[in-house]
Amino acid sequence: MYAQMVKTGVDHIQSKEEMSPEERAFQDRVDQDIKIEPKEWMPEAYRKTLIRQISQHAHSEIIGMQPEGNWITRAPTLERKAILLAKVQDEAGHGLYLYCAAETLGVSRDELMEQLNSGKAKYSSIFNYPTITWADIGAIGWLVDGAAIMNQVPLQRCSYGPYSRAMIRICKEESFHQRQGYDAMTKLARGTPEQKAMAQDALNRWWWPSLMMFGPSDAESVHSAQSMRWKIKINSNDELRQKFVDQTVPQAEYLGLTVPDPDLKWNAERGHYDFGEVNWDEFYQVIAGNGPCNRDRLRTRVKAYEEGRWVRDAADAYAAKKAARAKAKAA
Amino acid sequence: MTDKKEWPLWEVFIRSQHGLAHRHVGSLHAPDAEMAIMNARDVYTRRNEGVSIWVVRASDIAASSPSEKGPLFDPANSKVYRHPTFYEIPEELGHM
Repeated sequence: MYAQMVKTGVDHIQSKEEMSPEERAFQDRVDQDIKIEPKEWMPEAYRKTLIRQISQHAHSEIIGMQPEGNWITRAPTLERKAILLAKVQDEAGHGLYLYCAAETLGVSRDELMEQLNSGKAKYSSIFNYPTITWADIGAIGWLVDGAAIMNQVPLQRCSYGPYSRAMIRICKEESFHQRQGYDAMTKLARGTPEQKAMAQDALNRWWWPSLMMFGPSDAESVHSAQSMRWKIKINSNDELRQKFVDQTVPQAEYLGLTVPDPDLKWNAERGHYDFGEVNWDEFYQVIAGNGPCNRDRLRTRVKAYEEGRWVRDAADAYAAKKAARAKAKAA
Repeated sequence: MTDKKEWPLWEVFIRSQHGLAHRHVGSLHAPDAEMAIMNARDVYTRRNEGVSIWVVRASDIAASSPSEKGPLFDPANSKVYRHPTFYEIPEELGHM
């Protein structure tokens, strides 16, 4: 997902008897679906895990602007260009909502920026794949945003107030992202044979990385169990992946495109699609920094930050000058 | 890589339509109030969500303490007669 394999720092799930009175009161409130707000008492591990999860999510939104930004100047029509600009601007906005939510937990924006720019922070594996044709823009909206929505909709109900509110805003805007992507794919799939081949090629390249977004099976993970107990994770990775496959396969069929998985078939007994095994070696390579675009993404990010420095300095100088004038006038 | 000082945090309030109150929508960093309003427009009203924006420095907001929630709001707890449902009105009178 946009936050993958988030560690909680715990090695087992505490029983209510093992908890301190404060921890027990906290867990009781979470169990009753009472939202936790910034200044209230919370276990240190909850706070730290949330910072990791929310900031990873925010960094993903920020880095996620790059693969799509790659096509803004080359969009096939003015309308597609305007749509893509609006979408990329939304991603920046989503990053900002999430950074603000993370800051309510006591981490500063500068620290978060530093973690991203130094390469210390993680972001979703999906953004380390290249966008080599226009069809990739359609595939990202349809598949990548589609997968993100699967995870973000349940997170609207998460236990931490500011995160839940940020998710609500994001989900309202995300639906446009998926629909514009499917719309672009539809145009290609119904176009010339070359255009249809482009759409198929994009599906071939984005299908498996999209399934990887949900992360490896976490059925046995103590971190996932803890996060679910805290209600900062609502569904298991496998559950969400299955839901995504079930939803997306008919959409691909409607376009007349073929999902690149020979093992994919409807299982009437389960009421779900069966599908093949994800190449997890590739996933671990990408999150270890060895995906096709990891270095390029970070370099571009740092360059943008450095080249924007004079703008930040100018804004600072202007604010200081105005404040000094206002003070002199008052005196 | 880190800038010398972080821009202050601003809380953003948006009035969605005439006649409604401004509502808190989130926060952002900006060097001054003017920039905060411009940034708030781009971050929080990309889809015509507002007709008016207020920004307030987060450090200027005084807040009640969550741990005193009990005693602070306690006085209202015992006053059920402040609600219309406390009173029974004969059904034959219809709506009141």
